Amino acid sequence: MAQELKTTERRAPSKLDGGERTQSRPVLVPRTDIYETEDNVVLLVDMPGVASEGVDITLEKRTLAICGYATAQHHENYRQIYAEYGAGNYERVFTLSEDIDRDSIEASQKNGVLRLVLPKAAPAKARKIQLKMA
Amino acid sequence: MLVSDFGRIGFDPFLEMRRMQQELNQRLSGMTTKAAQEFPPINLWMGEDSVAVTAELPGIAPDDVDLTVRENTLTLTGERGSPAEGEKCVWHRRERVYGNFSRTVQLPFRVDPEQVEARFANGLLEVELHRPETDRPKKIQIKG
Repeated sequence: MAQELKTTERRAPSKLDGGERTQSRPVLVPRTDIYETEDNVVLLVDMPGVASEGVDITLEKRTLAICGYATAQHHENYRQIYAEYGAGNYERVFTLSEDIDRDSIEASQKNGVLRLVLPKAAPAKARKIQLKMA
Repeated sequence: MLVSDFGRIGFDPFLEMRRMQQELNQRLSGMTTKAAQEFPPINLWMGEDSVAVTAELPGIAPDDVDLTVRENTLTLTGERGSPAEGEKCVWHRRERVYGNFSRTVQLPFRVDPEQVEARFANGLLEVELHRPETDRPKKIQIKG
């Protein structure tokens, strides 16, 4: 039963724009953890095989798009006899629910995991209005 | 009312039903796709006198993986720590797996434990194992 449920959850192609791709490489949806602390929203994205140069992050309004381009692996004189994962590029799009301070977003890639720290925007400060004396 | 009345006489059919429902839910909750997937996923590659194992280990430092070879088995063990330990946080999504892992791979032939190369880059582990010299198939010439 558990065997049957091993579906292709990660192999699902992401639909960014609906158009067909020019590259025949599969596009995978990376597994992601998202947690929120008092000041930040932190994303951890698993993208094995992607070097720090291969990461592309764009934030447009509230849409955060993450793309990872894996470096091609060549196995000369080797043929594949068993496979549990497929290599490919990664793509995932999130819609953020909070206002983000765009200028201080931090991103780092280590051991195939992208860590994205999105600081929450400071709430608009309450302003007291003084009444002018007539 | 009805439930509490039954409770007073020592038998509550609704309690029993709720308990059964809870039990079923617990069993079904473990059957998600995430729980069923083995970690780490591996690929096996066959060469002429060697075999290569590649595994996806994102977020794990090379020192945190232990590799052991015995005859024709390769075992990968290690631990993947939770990222936000001790931090006060609210989880929005939790799709990555944490904890200890261990996987044993049976290789198609006995390997030489002295001739193992392991490389680790960007969360991808690559282990190349060679067949011992004495075990390699020998070509026999047929005399005419």
